[in-house]
Amino acid sequence: MALYFFYFFASTAILSSFFVIFANNPVHSVLWLIVTFFSVAGFFILVGAEFLALLLMIVYVGALAVLFLFVVMMLNINFAGLRSGVAQYLPFGILIGLVIFIELILAFVPWDFKEQSFNNLSSPINLSETNTVALGKVVYTDYFLLFQCAGIILLIAMIGSIVLTLRSRPDVKRQNITEQIFRDPNSSIEVKDINPGEGI
Amino acid sequence: MIPIEHFLIVSASLFVIGVFGIFLNRKNIIIILMSIELILASVNINFVVFSSYLGDLVGQVFAMFILTVAAAEAAIGLAIIVCFYRLRNSIFIEDANTMKG
Repeated sequence: MALYFFYFFASTAILSSFFVIFANNPVHSVLWLIVTFFSVAGFFILVGAEFLALLLMIVYVGALAVLFLFVVMMLNINFAGLRSGVAQYLPFGILIGLVIFIELILAFVPWDFKEQSFNNLSSPINLSETNTVALGKVVYTDYFLLFQCAGIILLIAMIGSIVLTLRSRPDVKRQNITEQIFRDPNSSIEVKDINPGEGI
Repeated sequence: MIPIEHFLIVSASLFVIGVFGIFLNRKNIIIILMSIELILASVNINFVVFSSYLGDLVGQVFAMFILTVAAAEAAIGLAIIVCFYRLRNSIFIEDANTMKG
């Protein structure tokens, strides 16, 4: 039964990742990317990593794909010009892809774990507790510093992207609070004595 | 139990499709970013599958860190694209030739 699910997820992952590359419209590419990540999350559930599967859904589908969609839709891009030159790169791309694929297959297919590798696990999976609990016990103890570093990376990414995209436009009127507070009544109010019947 | 080679072959093909996408869409930087996400997803599959079949949880912890870095990288990359679009009014990579590199 699990094997059928595996084949289903595998075929959707590979097909949709092909469509990510070959779609004419980047919006369609983003939507196919979402399908790919759904099937990758299916793999994670099949091997028993439920927490990472749900994390993948939240981070990729909920945040990253929406970010991509925003950028693609906000920028007014000429999509037709972007496709030109594909035929020129196709043979070289296929060649490089085939070489890498054959190398990976040659490395992966005769794969087997050594007997010793099962004896010195640093944090063995305990099947009596759920994946989330087990992961939390490892992340908050052994890998605490790395986890904090991940948080700092996210903070820096947030600050960096805000700094990159922030711009101050001179034609937009903005409130300058310091200037307002330090405004002096003596210099801003002028009393004029006007004679009756005359203007200023 | 599904044999581990099945997962490894699928992740290898996702990786190759990602590399292929970078070669094929050399003008469209958004698709290149998506291809990088595909490559990172395939690496994540490898980490999680090896962790599960070995019975060691560390691989899943590392997959979580890869997820973090991938999210940060995509956010910064898209911010750079928005900046570049404001300067040049296009996202063609060929327009990024100010430094004549």
